[in-house]
Amino acid sequence: MNFSLILLTFSPLVGFLVLLAFREEQKNALRWTALLSSLATFALSIWVLAQFDPAAPGLQLEVNQPWVTVAGATISFQMGVDGLSILMVLLTAFLTPLAILSSWESVKERVKGFMLFFLLLETGMLGVFLAQDLVLFYIFWEFTLIPMYFLIGVWGGERRIYAAVKFFLFTMAGSVLMLLGVLYIGLTGGTFSLPALISGREAFAGAQIWLFLAFAAAFAIKVPMWPLHTWLPDAHVEAPTAGSVILAGVLLKMGAYGFLRFNLPLFPEATLALAPYMAALAVVGVVYGAIVSYRQADVKKLVAYSSVSHLGFVMLGIFALSVQSLSGSILQMVNHGLSTGALFLIVGMLYDRRHTRQMNAYGGIWKIVPVLGALMLFVTLSSAGLPGLNGFVGEFTILLGSFSSKTLGNPWFAGVATLGVVLAAVYLLVMFERVFLGPLTQEENRSLKDLNLREVLVLLPILALILWIGLYPNYFFSLITPSVERLTAALQAASVAMP
Amino acid sequence: MLFSEAQSLTPVLSMVPLVVFLPVLGLIINLLVGRRLGEGFSGAIASLASGGSFVVALLLAFELARSPEPVTVPFLDWITIGEFSARWAFRVDTLSVTMMLVVAGVGTLIHIYAIGYMHQDVRHNDDPGRFNRFFVYLNLFIAAMMILVSADNYLMLFVGWEGVGLCSYLLIGFWFEKGKDGIANARAAKKAFVVNRIGDFGLLIALFLMFAHFGTLDFAPVFEKAPALAAATPGVLLAMTLFMLLGVTGKSAQIPLYVWLPDAMAGPTPVSALIHAATMVTAGVYLVVRSTPVFTLVPAAQNAVMWVGALTAVFAATIAIGQFDIKRVLAYSTISQLGFMVAAAGMGAGVAAMFHLVTHAFFKALLFLAAGSVILGMEKGHEQAHGHEAEQHGHDHFDPQDMRNMGGLRDRMPTTYWVYLIGALALSGIAPLSGFFSKDEILHAAEGNHVAVFAILLVTAFLTAFYMGRQLILVFGGTVRTRAAGASRENPAIITLPLILLAVLSAAGGLINFPGSWALDKWLEHSLEGLAPASFDPLTALVSLLVAMGGLGTAYLVYLVAGQVIETTTPDPLEKLGPLWKGITAKWGVDELYDALIVRPYKALAGFLAHPIDQGVIDNISGGIAWLMNASAEVLRRVQNGFVRSYALIVLIGVVAILTYIVASR
Repeated sequence: MNFSLILLTFSPLVGFLVLLAFREEQKNALRWTALLSSLATFALSIWVLAQFDPAAPGLQLEVNQPWVTVAGATISFQMGVDGLSILMVLLTAFLTPLAILSSWESVKERVKGFMLFFLLLETGMLGVFLAQDLVLFYIFWEFTLIPMYFLIGVWGGERRIYAAVKFFLFTMAGSVLMLLGVLYIGLTGGTFSLPALISGREAFAGAQIWLFLAFAAAFAIKVPMWPLHTWLPDAHVEAPTAGSVILAGVLLKMGAYGFLRFNLPLFPEATLALAPYMAALAVVGVVYGAIVSYRQADVKKLVAYSSVSHLGFVMLGIFALSVQSLSGSILQMVNHGLSTGALFLIVGMLYDRRHTRQMNAYGGIWKIVPVLGALMLFVTLSSAGLPGLNGFVGEFTILLGSFSSKTLGNPWFAGVATLGVVLAAVYLLVMFERVFLGPLTQEENRSLKDLNLREVLVLLPILALILWIGLYPNYFFSLITPSVERLTAALQAASVAMP
Repeated sequence: MLFSEAQSLTPVLSMVPLVVFLPVLGLIINLLVGRRLGEGFSGAIASLASGGSFVVALLLAFELARSPEPVTVPFLDWITIGEFSARWAFRVDTLSVTMMLVVAGVGTLIHIYAIGYMHQDVRHNDDPGRFNRFFVYLNLFIAAMMILVSADNYLMLFVGWEGVGLCSYLLIGFWFEKGKDGIANARAAKKAFVVNRIGDFGLLIALFLMFAHFGTLDFAPVFEKAPALAAATPGVLLAMTLFMLLGVTGKSAQIPLYVWLPDAMAGPTPVSALIHAATMVTAGVYLVVRSTPVFTLVPAAQNAVMWVGALTAVFAATIAIGQFDIKRVLAYSTISQLGFMVAAAGMGAGVAAMFHLVTHAFFKALLFLAAGSVILGMEKGHEQAHGHEAEQHGHDHFDPQDMRNMGGLRDRMPTTYWVYLIGALALSGIAPLSGFFSKDEILHAAEGNHVAVFAILLVTAFLTAFYMGRQLILVFGGTVRTRAAGASRENPAIITLPLILLAVLSAAGGLINFPGSWALDKWLEHSLEGLAPASFDPLTALVSLLVAMGGLGTAYLVYLVAGQVIETTTPDPLEKLGPLWKGITAKWGVDELYDALIVRPYKALAGFLAHPIDQGVIDNISGGIAWLMNASAEVLRRVQNGFVRSYALIVLIGVVAILTYIVASR
């Protein structure tokens, strides 16, 4: 048995234990411990990548240890990685150290608790992407909820309690339904092991529409899909910068990933039947999120609604069910994590300086903070889908694949979603203009300081990846596509079998 | 054979990626050290990078002169997913190399000119630090434009297409804190990007249709498979070409998306010359000409292209008549001339379109740069005449681009005057300057096919000569109307030398496709199949020449004989046209119309969705369901009491309990 994935998943807990040894006053020691721990986890994720064979479509580095049998159904400690999850794992391990580094100065109180929760969260997220047993997945899924709840509720802004509770209640509402689905499947299928359930899915195929909906409830709220998105703007606005980065960068992806990992292979007939409806909601999300973003006065809210739009693209790509659109969706999940993560980081850097996120408190500051402005423009353009940067590759392949999708059967879904590309330029350039362009409108901004070395170091790795994916995406597609082709082949078989 | 694969690449052909990578290298050097090493260094590196691209393009042209068949030079597998594969490959054929020569050739001259121009511009605008940034953007533009014209498939063309749009955005907003209320330039930049994105939406849909029906975006197989699709489902091909046309109207500033180009004049003048006159805006024309094999299969789409071009030509020409800003006249003139090219491309007269594209690049770049020279002269004159007053009153509102403030510059800026005259006459279509020949070919093509379009273009030719005559008189002729104009003087050689070179090209450019030799026809027929043979009709030529002389003569009569503009406040003699003049000067109210029909309703819709709908209806319903699902009354009460964390604790305990149970029951 290969222990790489177990090591990777639980490596943050080593940092967690070391953190316990320090006192709250040793703030820098706490910060360094958390950073080094997350960097070690990142190194482990690269090690996993090195062992990963891109050409093999199935699960790799598998761990499978039967654990317990409940009412005739086996729960196992089963993990594995494939093309659907490898990039999510890397993204998580990549963003966590950057998020920790970004909190170096902005989190001054209760540093110990903050770092403890952060490392717990990382284990939870990695577990979600690696678990191959439904119960194990559910435990990790719920487990991420708690640290994020506290990160928002304790280190958040003024309305943090409201936002944290809202985040919690929305997510729990979906999770409850998913739990029912998990139990039903496990008890009828006699196992909770995902690969075993996929090959034995006849056992619960009769109820698959309902099961699809039960899982979809949890995942759609997490993504979030329109109209279940209203927790997101509140959560983002109140969350501390690092919380927003991880929330947008990784937690939302758990929703989209859940669809890929569970709904598509477990309920292929239901997927095919419901795909047009899911795609329609996705397209509404694309357009709606873009329109609503345009009228936000708070930068963080604007970026939050832009996530609704961007994840609409991801969901469209998933339910268009073509190889191109699915691969594009997975890459776009990474892209969104990078671009939106970077946007939140930069907004956080502005907030650290001026303690406001209202756009009208800025205006014309590019002259004052040239480096900050240039990096913001770079990230904004990546988010707007400019060719040469990452966002374009994802959006283009999603739309290209969705346009000629046989499942959706007509080009209108992608056609309307393409409007989102136009609208994204509107809200993003309006934001850039309001904050950075024009004359300097507020005297107090004259003394704003440009980025310091630590801040540049936080952003540079993200910018490098944005450029890499934009210029040479084929490396990333080579990781994704074999697994996607395996998935679409299974769906293809289901669609042939359908009456 | 249309397509020969890579195995037999000569060393020269394999150099083609350098047309993109030399400018990229230039911009990287300038990004890293340009600012530290000063203006001379930045300008020289950028010009050398662009000049290097030109040399490579020249070598390619020689190579093609030897063996003119199209070649594809593969470079990188960019995106491969399943059966979709888009590679970055360079297409070297006579059409793409023609574009490369224009882009890098005119581009290099403008780089050199900009060393002189921007030296003064950055000082005039109080921020010398931005000099280096300008050349970084300019090199980025050359690189993106080269990607566009050298692409071997529609995806890479689109990459360049959006890339040049970005450069346009950056350069229109170069002085992002200037313009009316300090925000007008930034707004103009945003407007350009967004309007272009609407066009890009069309181009994207065209690409999706292409992949859906051809399974590829590469030029050669698309052209190969198009006839079968035209036979099977002509509607699809019509949709594809019309969506492409939407893209063309964005990039090449045609009706209905032309509105961004006049505002784009907010960019520094070399930008207006390079991007918004000579090169980027011709990308739409290039796209249609490149896609000739597809367009010829859909006569309805060709008609649409032709009419869009013809109507834009005459519409923009009417607005040019009523402008007072020296650059705005040229901007509307550019829109109008692009209309000529688009109309020609729509008529299937691809060579005529390309011919006019090339000559227009010469004379319109010349006119813009010469206008820049006039503006610099006016600024210097203003500083000299009003220097002390300006210091006392703070900033003043003198507009160095308003032609009413000029007059009589002919004696003060003689070089600029002579080159401007050549450019204006070339644009007006006076023989034997370049514009005469290229415009004549378009008119001749129209005459044979579409009488109404021929008439429209002839009217446009008249208007063109008229507004250029008006501009010549207002700027260089008549009396000096301000002290600034009186004190203006000629610019140094770094500015005037590129002007003289461009003047020579504008004068002699007709030789490229001189009737009888038809060099351009013979050159391009290796890239474009099935072109109608070129011909020259002395009668058409005579008519168009007479029309041009008539336009210039009318301007002379109106502005020098009937009513001279003596002072800055003298009303324009055309005001006698009454409501017509009002319509012209209001630019026919199109911006206002779009504002009322699109911008304001969108704002209102967004406000409505953002607040009453999102924060009201949706939040209440979905939030309410979530609450219900979770909440026993007990939990709700606790939450309201503020003991929220206990709720999380319950979940935590739950999870721990499950875990303990599992572990314990083993």
